[in-house]
Amino acid sequence: MLNPWMFVGLFLIVGLLIPVAAIVLSALLAPRKPNPIKLSTYECGMETVGDSWVQFKAQYYVFALVFLIFDVETVFLFPWALALNALPFFAVVEGIVFILILIAGLSFAWRKGMLEWV
Amino acid sequence: MGAQILFFLCAALILISAIMVVTVRNLIHAALWLIATLFGAALLYASLDASFIAVVQVVVYIGAIAIMFIFAVMLTRRELLIKTDQTNANWPLALGLSAVMLVALGYVIGGFGVTLNTTPAAIPAGVDPLTLLGKALLAPEAYVLPFEVASVLLLAAMVGAVYVAMNKK
Repeated sequence: MLNPWMFVGLFLIVGLLIPVAAIVLSALLAPRKPNPIKLSTYECGMETVGDSWVQFKAQYYVFALVFLIFDVETVFLFPWALALNALPFFAVVEGIVFILILIAGLSFAWRKGMLEWV
Repeated sequence: MGAQILFFLCAALILISAIMVVTVRNLIHAALWLIATLFGAALLYASLDASFIAVVQVVVYIGAIAIMFIFAVMLTRRELLIKTDQTNANWPLALGLSAVMLVALGYVIGGFGVTLNTTPAAIPAGVDPLTLLGKALLAPEAYVLPFEVASVLLLAAMVGAVYVAMNKK
């Protein structure tokens, strides 16, 4: 019971129960008198236009890729940052070199105009 | 006992959602089932007390890779998904290769001398395993070279992504 993940598990269970309870309760309690206008798709009050499956711009994909790379960088830097107090100067410099190498990639993407929304 | 029940629940979640990933027709639903699979793996890591790996699994695999999958799916066209077959003529070959892979992996893992009753090595008390990891990653006698090579690998991945996405004029 001392495992700290127990709390995460509890949150998971409660977090699943609350929406399920809301849906089940409303299904049990709410009166149902459907008509075509009520059943139409609600989109902030506007009439919905077109298909829900639209083609995204390819640029989203580039952003996701760059985000993924910096996500992985965080994974490497997190233990480094945690151990920073206990590390020799050499190791601190190594971490900074790691960041600088990736900044080179970011500046490359920036210069090629990948970060601008077109 | 509780740990075993947790393991079997995780395993069932992973297997069922993995099967759903490859059988569901709608690619967005497949991506959502993939998230369930990855989350099951995160649960497994958490149950093994590998907290950092569990968090990394959620942040990187669910937070970034699954999002990338969904973006990739949204780049495709819907008609493509409905009309094409889910299997092709090569499926018996793929099945055979997977079976060979399973046997080979079982052979290799069996060679480690790990049995189902092996007790894991204890984490020394009073030391934060993550700080140990940070020290090991950057110690010259340990993993500092792979650490720096990893940054070059990430740089290569980023340059490659930018190059592929670039408008070649």
